[in-house]
Parts: sequence; C-alpha cells; structure tokens
Amino acid sequence: MMAMSKKMLEQEPSEIEMLLPWHAAGTLNARDARRVEEALARDPELARQYAVIREEYAETIGLNESLGAPSARAMAKLFAAIDGEPVRNPSAWQNFSAGIAEFFAKLSPRTLAWSAGLGAFLLLLQAGVIGAVLVKNQTVAPFQTASLSTNEPITRALGPEAPPRALVRFAPEARVADITALLDSYQASIVDGAKGGMFRLQFGDKPMTKDEIAGLMSKLQHEKIVNLAVATP
Amino acid sequence: MQVLYGRHHVRVFRFGLRLVRNEQVAEDLISEVFLDVWRQAGKFEGRSAVSTWLLAITRFKALSALRRRKDVELDDEAANAIEDTSDDPEVAAQKKDTSQALRKCLTALSPDHREIVDLVYYHEKSVEEVAEIVGIPENTVKTRLFYARKKLAELLKAAGVERGWP
Repeated sequence: MMAMSKKMLEQEPSEIEMLLPWHAAGTLNARDARRVEEALARDPELARQYAVIREEYAETIGLNESLGAPSARAMAKLFAAIDGEPVRNPSAWQNFSAGIAEFFAKLSPRTLAWSAGLGAFLLLLQAGVIGAVLVKNQTVAPFQTASLSTNEPITRALGPEAPPRALVRFAPEARVADITALLDSYQASIVDGAKGGMFRLQFGDKPMTKDEIAGLMSKLQHEKIVNLAVATP
Repeated sequence: MQVLYGRHHVRVFRFGLRLVRNEQVAEDLISEVFLDVWRQAGKFEGRSAVSTWLLAITRFKALSALRRRKDVELDDEAANAIEDTSDDPEVAAQKKDTSQALRKCLTALSPDHREIVDLVYYHEKSVEEVAEIVGIPENTVKTRLFYARKKLAELLKAAGVERGWP
C-alpha cells in the first residue's frame, strides 16, 4: 500500500486528481463536476484522497473563521482617509467639455454675436455651394421596379427616354400560356399587378415615338386575348 | 462604500492576515484596499466578481507590505520560522488531535501554498478566479494546489498524523 502511494506521489497528478479540491469546494462547472463524480465512483484510491481533501477543506474554513474580524479602528481609519481625499478629478471628457465651456465663457456678448453671425453665413454659403454642385451634376438615374420577369431587370427612366407602357385587360378566357406568348412576342413584361383586371405592361427597354406607340396599341387591341390596351405614361 | 465594506471587509481582513500574519498590518491593509477601491471604482470592469477584484488588490497590498517589512521574507523557511506562540505541529499531533494538527500545518505552509489553499477552500474561488488573483496560468494554479496539499501531507506525516494519502 505504501509502495503504491509512493509511486502515486512520484507520478504527475492526473487532471481529475488536481480538480478534487474544487469539487470539494463546489466551484467546478457542471461538466468537470460530472467527470470527477464518475472518476470517484470507479476509483477507490481517488475516493480516499477526496475524503482527505474534504477534511482539509473543513479545517481551512475553521482556521480562517477563527481569525476573527478587524476592529472598528480599520473602518474609522478608512472613512477618515476617504473624507480627507481631494474632490475627485473629473474625467478626461468632462475636462474637455469644461475647457470648451470656459473658452466660450471668456468671449464677450458682442464677440459671440459676431461669431454666431459669421458661422451662420458660412453655413449658408456652404449649403449654396453643395446645392449648386448637385444640380450641375444631376443625371437621370434609373431606378428598378418590381417585376414578374425573371430575366433582365425592368428599369424605367425618369426622363423622356422611358420605354412605353400600357394598361392591358386580357380576355377572361385567356390562358397563362397565351399571355406568356403575347408578352414574349411584344418583348413586354408586367410591371404592376392586376388592379381592376388591368395589368401594367412595359414594352422593350427603348423609348418609342408617339406614332410607334399608337401603332403598338392598335396592334395590341387586335390580339384575340386582349380586351383593352391603353397607353400610359 | 459602506455596503461594500460591510459585505467584504471580514474576508479581505482574513485573507490579508493569513498573508502578512500580523493583525495590525492586516487592519492597515484593509483600509488601504478599500481606499484604493474608492479611488479606482471606475476601473472595475465587472468582468470578475467584486470579491475576486478585492482579493487581488489585497494580495498586491499584502505583498507590498511584506516587502516593506524587511524582517519578513517570502521563502518557505522564513515563513515557517515565523514565531508562533502556540504549539507547533508535532506538539499538536502528540495531543492526537488531528484537527488541531491540520490547522497548525496549514499555518506552517509557505505563503504561496497558504494563499492558494485559502483561495480555493475558504474563499471558494474557481481555477480561473485564482489564476486572476494570483496572476499565474490556470494549469499552474492546479499543480500549485496539488503540491501545497503534498507539502501539507508531509508536515502532518512528520507530526505523526497519517491520513491515508498519499
């Protein structure tokens, strides 16, 4: 037995063995506590060591508790020291803010009024310059709209170059395949859903002249599955 | 501050006393610790328990106080040689009082070993917290406590107390 103990002592302690004191104090996490419990259940030597640790644990608490408490002198000394402390220094940010406030406080009302006026003028000037630059550089920016098309995104220019659009009502007997074939043949896409039975279609991606649009609407009106076609902006 | 002091001053005092082994110095220590806390409250980041923060400050202050006291050295022999008016471990063991002998041997441990035994058993600090307080890696915390326990067993054995381990 002694030989085995000596051998154990000479060996490096295992991870579980080193965790035993924390298990006794109840400060292990759930995973480690479970590992230790399992090891204790299967290793009598470890369990014997654990019993010794529990004894050490109890006596360490007893020893510390027997040390008593500090006298009131310690507390009196502490609070006297706190009372004697200078007023706390403000933080760096507070110092910064205080510095700015102090700077403005030193200025006369007349100087402050002139400074404020000058500041307002500079702001207006800056706004004017920015506005002029924006107006000068403004281009017609296309924006994307929702579409049922899965191919190219439908874009609509805000300027006169917008491709033509029309409100179309399909015949009640029109099938989906017919509508799809018509859309393909006109290179059209639905850009808005059926509101009041009308679909908003866009034709191609290039602008057309008025005559071209009129011709397109006339042709569309003659389609079997189209009841109504009206050009819209 | 009064609430904080009321809640923690006894444990801070006991931890300090076990390190400096002098009640007067330990009382001065807790005043210094809580004054530091009052001054540096803004620096507490809340990543650890307040008690862990306090014990870390206490340890630092205690070591500084020990360094100031030139008559006290930190090595094992000097710590063991500190005068103790009560019975030594052997005498206590002769009384066949294992409990008493254990306490004497716990007192006779080196400062490093005393500190880690107290932090784990009395102050109930986890491996991570002890590492933070003492400023050593977590693995060192585990091995240091193991060897502290081995030293304790040796002291008890020398005092004639056999406990079945090691």
